[in-house]
Amino acid sequence: MVQLTLPKNSQLVDGTVWPKPEGTNRLTEYRIYRWNPDDGKNPHVDTYYVDRDDCGPMVLDGLIYIKNKIDPTLTFRRSCREGICGSCAMNIDGTNTLACLKSMDDVTAKSVNIYPLPHMPVVKDLVPDLTQFYAQHASVEPWLHTKTPAPEKEWPQGRQDREKLDGLYECILCACCSTSCPSYWWNGDRYLGPAALLQAYRWLIDSRDEATPERLDDLEDPFRLYRCHTIMNCAKACPKGLNPAKAIAEIKKMMVARQF
Amino acid sequence: MSGSSEFPGSSLRTPRRRVAGLGAAHSGTHHFWLQRVTALANVPLTLAFLAVLICVAGESPERVLATIGHPVVAIILILAIISITTHMRAGMQVVIEDYVHGEGAKVLSLVANTFFCAAMGCAGVFAILKISFGG
Repeated sequence: MVQLTLPKNSQLVDGTVWPKPEGTNRLTEYRIYRWNPDDGKNPHVDTYYVDRDDCGPMVLDGLIYIKNKIDPTLTFRRSCREGICGSCAMNIDGTNTLACLKSMDDVTAKSVNIYPLPHMPVVKDLVPDLTQFYAQHASVEPWLHTKTPAPEKEWPQGRQDREKLDGLYECILCACCSTSCPSYWWNGDRYLGPAALLQAYRWLIDSRDEATPERLDDLEDPFRLYRCHTIMNCAKACPKGLNPAKAIAEIKKMMVARQF
Repeated sequence: MSGSSEFPGSSLRTPRRRVAGLGAAHSGTHHFWLQRVTALANVPLTLAFLAVLICVAGESPERVLATIGHPVVAIILILAIISITTHMRAGMQVVIEDYVHGEGAKVLSLVANTFFCAAMGCAGVFAILKISFGG
C-alpha cells in the first residue's frame, strides 16, 4: 500500500524557539521545517521572529533575514527573487508556491509555516531532491523534433499557432504543481506529473513539431498519463497561473481522437 | 508494473533509466473512454432503475415480478446492470492502481475486482432473465 504515515525517523518534533529581535514591535513569526542529514535527529520545526521594519515584504525576504541575522544554518534555494527561476518553491501556509512571490501579509495562519515541497526526498531543511522530477521532464524530450530537412532560415510559425503556446511556455519548472498532486505522491515513479505533462502538451501542439505520433505513443500509458484524475491541485498551486490539468485533459482528448 | 519507490540517490541506475521503466504500455485510452461512456449511460439507466423501484414499492410480489418481467423494464434493468458493473470494475481498478503498490497484492486485487464485478453482473442479469422467461 501507499505510505500514509511518516516513518519514525521522519516524524516532526518541536524545535528551537529563537529569540525575538530587540527594539521592534512589528514582528512576524516564522515556523520552519528543519532537517539535517548529518546529525541523526528527527526533523523539527524551529520558530523565528522576523523584524518587519528591517525586511522586505515577501516570505523569501523573511527567510533571507533569518539566514543573515539569526541562523546562518537555515538552508533553502533562491536565486532571482522575482518568480522566474523557480528555485524558492516550498510549501508556505499549506500551499506550494514561490517564496519570492508570496507576500507575508497574504499568509492566513498566525505564523508563516514553511515546509519543503511535499513527498520529495529532502536534501536538507527546505531543499528537496528534484532529480526524478527533472528526469521526467527530460523524458518528454522538450525540444523541437522534425523530419523535414531544416529550412535555410528558421522554422516558420503563424501568429495563431504561436498563440496556442501561451499558458504553456511560461512554466519555470519550480515543481509546485507536481508535488501538490496526490497521484504524483503515490505513483511519482511512474506517473509523469503535471509539470512534465504540461511541457509534453506544449510540444504536442507546437505547429512546427513533427513528432506528435511518437510523443503520443510514449505518453499512452495507464501510469504515465492516466494517473491524472483531474483534481486540479496543480492549477491551484501554480505560482505562474498556468493550468496543467487542462493541458493533461487536452492530451487525453488527443488520445481519444486518434482512436476514432 | 515496475513499482520502484527507491530513494533517487540509492541506486546506481540513472534517473532517466528509472523514469523509462519498462516503457509505455500503449494502452489506457480504451479504459479511460469506457469509464466515460459507462458514466454517461449510467445517468439515464440509474434514473430509470429508480423509477422502476418507486413504481413497484409496496406492490404485491406477483405485481413486482410481472413488472420486472415486462420486456422494456427487463431490458432497461439488464442494461443498467451491465453498465454499472462495467463502470464499477473500471473505477475500482483505478483505485487499486493508485493505492496498492505491492506487485502480488496489486495483481490479486485486480483479478478479484474483475471476478467480483463479473459475478455480480452475471447474477443480476440471470435473475432478470429468469423472472422474464419464468421457470
